[in-house]
Amino acid sequence: MNAKTSDKIATGVIYAISSIVALILIAMLAFILVRGVPHLSWHFLTSPAKAFEAGGGIGIQLFNSFYLLVLAMAISFPIALGAAIYLNEYAHKGRFTTIVRTAIEILSSLPSVVVGLFGFLLFVVKFHFGFSILSGAVALTIFNLPLLTRSIETSLAQIPNLQREAGSALGLSRWETVIHVILPAAVPSIVTGVVLSAGRVFGEAAALIYTAGQSAPALNFGDWNPFNIASPLNPMRPAETLAVHIWKINSEGIMPDLSAVSAGASAVLIIVVLIFNFSARKIGAKLHKKLTSA
Amino acid sequence: MSKSHRGTFVSAFLVVIIIAAIGTGYVTREKNSSGVSITAVGSTALQPFVESAGEEYTKENLGTFINVQGGGTGTGLSQVSQGAVDLGNSDVFAEEKQGIDAKKLVDHQVAVVGIAPLLNKNNGVENLTTKQLQDIFTGKITNWKQIGGNNHKIVIINRATGSGTRVTFEKWGLKGLKSLSAQEQDSSGMVRSIVSTTPGAISYASFGYIDKSVVAASVNGIAPSNVNVMNGKYPIWSYEHIYTNGRPNKSVQQFLDYLVSPKIQKTLVPKLGYISIHDMNVVRQLDGQVVEK
Amino acid sequence: MDNITQKLTQKSESTKKDSMGRAVSLAALALIVIVVVAIFAFVISRGMSTFFKDGVSVSDFLFGTNWNPSVINPHTKQPYIGALPMILGSFLVTFLAAIVATPFAIGTSLFMTEIAQKRGAKIMQPIIELLVGIPSVVYGFIGLTVVVPFIRSVFGGSGFGILSGTIVLFVMILPTITSMTVDTLKSVPRHYRESALAIGATRWQMIYKVVLRAATPGILTAIVFGMARAFGEALAVQMVIGNAALMPHNLISPSSTLTSVLTMGIGNTVMGSLQNNVLWTLAMILLLMSLVFNLIVRAIGRRGEMK
Repeated sequence: MNAKTSDKIATGVIYAISSIVALILIAMLAFILVRGVPHLSWHFLTSPAKAFEAGGGIGIQLFNSFYLLVLAMAISFPIALGAAIYLNEYAHKGRFTTIVRTAIEILSSLPSVVVGLFGFLLFVVKFHFGFSILSGAVALTIFNLPLLTRSIETSLAQIPNLQREAGSALGLSRWETVIHVILPAAVPSIVTGVVLSAGRVFGEAAALIYTAGQSAPALNFGDWNPFNIASPLNPMRPAETLAVHIWKINSEGIMPDLSAVSAGASAVLIIVVLIFNFSARKIGAKLHKKLTSA
Repeated sequence: MSKSHRGTFVSAFLVVIIIAAIGTGYVTREKNSSGVSITAVGSTALQPFVESAGEEYTKENLGTFINVQGGGTGTGLSQVSQGAVDLGNSDVFAEEKQGIDAKKLVDHQVAVVGIAPLLNKNNGVENLTTKQLQDIFTGKITNWKQIGGNNHKIVIINRATGSGTRVTFEKWGLKGLKSLSAQEQDSSGMVRSIVSTTPGAISYASFGYIDKSVVAASVNGIAPSNVNVMNGKYPIWSYEHIYTNGRPNKSVQQFLDYLVSPKIQKTLVPKLGYISIHDMNVVRQLDGQVVEK
Repeated sequence: MDNITQKLTQKSESTKKDSMGRAVSLAALALIVIVVVAIFAFVISRGMSTFFKDGVSVSDFLFGTNWNPSVINPHTKQPYIGALPMILGSFLVTFLAAIVATPFAIGTSLFMTEIAQKRGAKIMQPIIELLVGIPSVVYGFIGLTVVVPFIRSVFGGSGFGILSGTIVLFVMILPTITSMTVDTLKSVPRHYRESALAIGATRWQMIYKVVLRAATPGILTAIVFGMARAFGEALAVQMVIGNAALMPHNLISPSSTLTSVLTMGIGNTVMGSLQNNVLWTLAMILLLMSLVFNLIVRAIGRRGEMK
């Protein structure tokens, strides 16, 4: 076989492989949306789930997912930001940095079910938090920290050293340079990273099964006082999220319209993740334009 | 500089507002004495029952909040014996669970659940003796034609190890023998759909899951029906238990009474495929002896 | 005069701020390290108690083929705690998924970097990123409603098993491997390609003999990362593998993985009992395996550097 033919064959194979991959994704998205979207309605999105009767919705699960996401982000963002700043701006190459980087890498490759079990052991059982939003948020934070730290660090590393030198030349301390020069320049890509990681946190289930729990008690949406037990904001209540709900009804659900509910819930999950994905890019690009045009 | 001052000011302002909001929330929280919270953890099979009953109960007793969580029988029993929760939902007697000090726990039986062997329609068998069940689930019989059925290899589908349905089935259906390791499914609905589509399949599920897609085999000639369970003729059934650590306090006792009240036992219990505790004409003791009421 | 000396010898406002900022960011970093150490300490201490407290022998655990922790073996007076079926199941699905995914990942990333950069960036890039974002429960749901019935109708049996698990995991790790491979291919210097083309190589010769060779360590790293993800994936696998703690006879008989046994069993057992401790030992194996995957990645990186 001469070189030209093999070149052609190889090109054809590569084209074929890429089209198969594209087809797989399109088929998957189409399957989820075609099966799920017809079940979506305002009622489905807002009413509570029913355990053994048809006609339940995913309202509470949806709220729980967002609430947990916000809490987990609120805890993990400052920590990840601090860690990334230290790693990129202060740390010298040395044994300590190597150990820390290894730790972060290991944390990022830990199976999320192990993170969930650790949360179960420490927060649910030892600290008596019970199956609660708080336990879930901490578990999600652990799950999210390495990813977020790495993405922020990459954002910071992309800022050219020229900027740091300019800061020093102006007599700014390193911290001031970070706060006033580096961070503002890195905001667009940090935001993109944060939104993308939000998408992953939103869909995470394994870390939550034994921390935030598998039940979604009725909430009183007129009561926003976090100290009241039926309040949606109460951090000590158990909170099944949308992703956990899909897993649970598929493995032990007993409602008659199970397949409809799980198809609808999967569609919602996918749509939200898609929105996160697209908006991450849009917001990043917009911020970049706004912050750098001047 | 003024810009950064403004930033400091704004963030300080925000912190003050948040603290004020939390403070107000704390001061105005519902402190009235009826604001009781009862937490139940455990068996996922029992969870929908306690949850729905809890919702009804909350409607009638405003201010009492019933917090029901899954997590499994093992979690429920260990949490309640540590005193971490009020109620531990369990599919089995606490004495039967390894690692639990059952002496401290008080048993409250809230329903009865019957379990039937489910067979694929093509197996050609509709009645099984205890001996045959034992031989099938220990692997001594491997083809349905050995016991007069059609020529299909036997496919065993188990529930998860430690799940209440499996423990009950092994204890009363197999008379204490353990099933060999086989495919395990966590959900009864999934078990039923696999049995109905797999020739040669056998599994077991509570009565609520019996429908036309599968054969619910008789055991020793006695059909799996509610009446046969009530009279003590059909052997494979168990209680659904709710355990408390020591004697329950007044508000917990009130809720437990509500669970066995005729209202719940007549509506919710049959809806979930359970048998009401009041319809039972026999009582089964911990040692397995069944006596007339 | 004093005032000036004071000002000069004292730390300035911004130095103070600087050391404070440094301390705060260091604290954040330290927190992450503490979390990692805590996870290891807790899981390993739980996992080891099977061996120390309950006196199970390590070889019985690792090489035993009979898993039934609630049943006591009448001969040895020990419960059946052979974890080999699950360990084997985990490795099988992981390796098979990686073997299937690798050619697809390499092909797709070559398409994106070498064949059709424009279309690659426009179409394939977003597709890969979307695949990364799809939650694992959704993969599980699709596996349960599409893959399992498909396998059942083609090969018979129940449809649950290693094959279904492999298919689901293949799609899950494909984007991970692809995006990392793309990064590696992009980092191959341009003059490598140009020199190859200049001496008369066809595009495929250039790809096969130069680009892929130069990118091999990076591609291996990508595959190991994909395997690490597959090994630790819990819910999607648990939904399709059938969860039978049996030695896998063939690809369509129900089997189980470490993660599937963990998620199903942890709630049904009582904290502190042997049945619970052995599950923690399984979790410990998962933990140690992710450590091993990390070490492999490191080893590959070091060898790549030396060249």
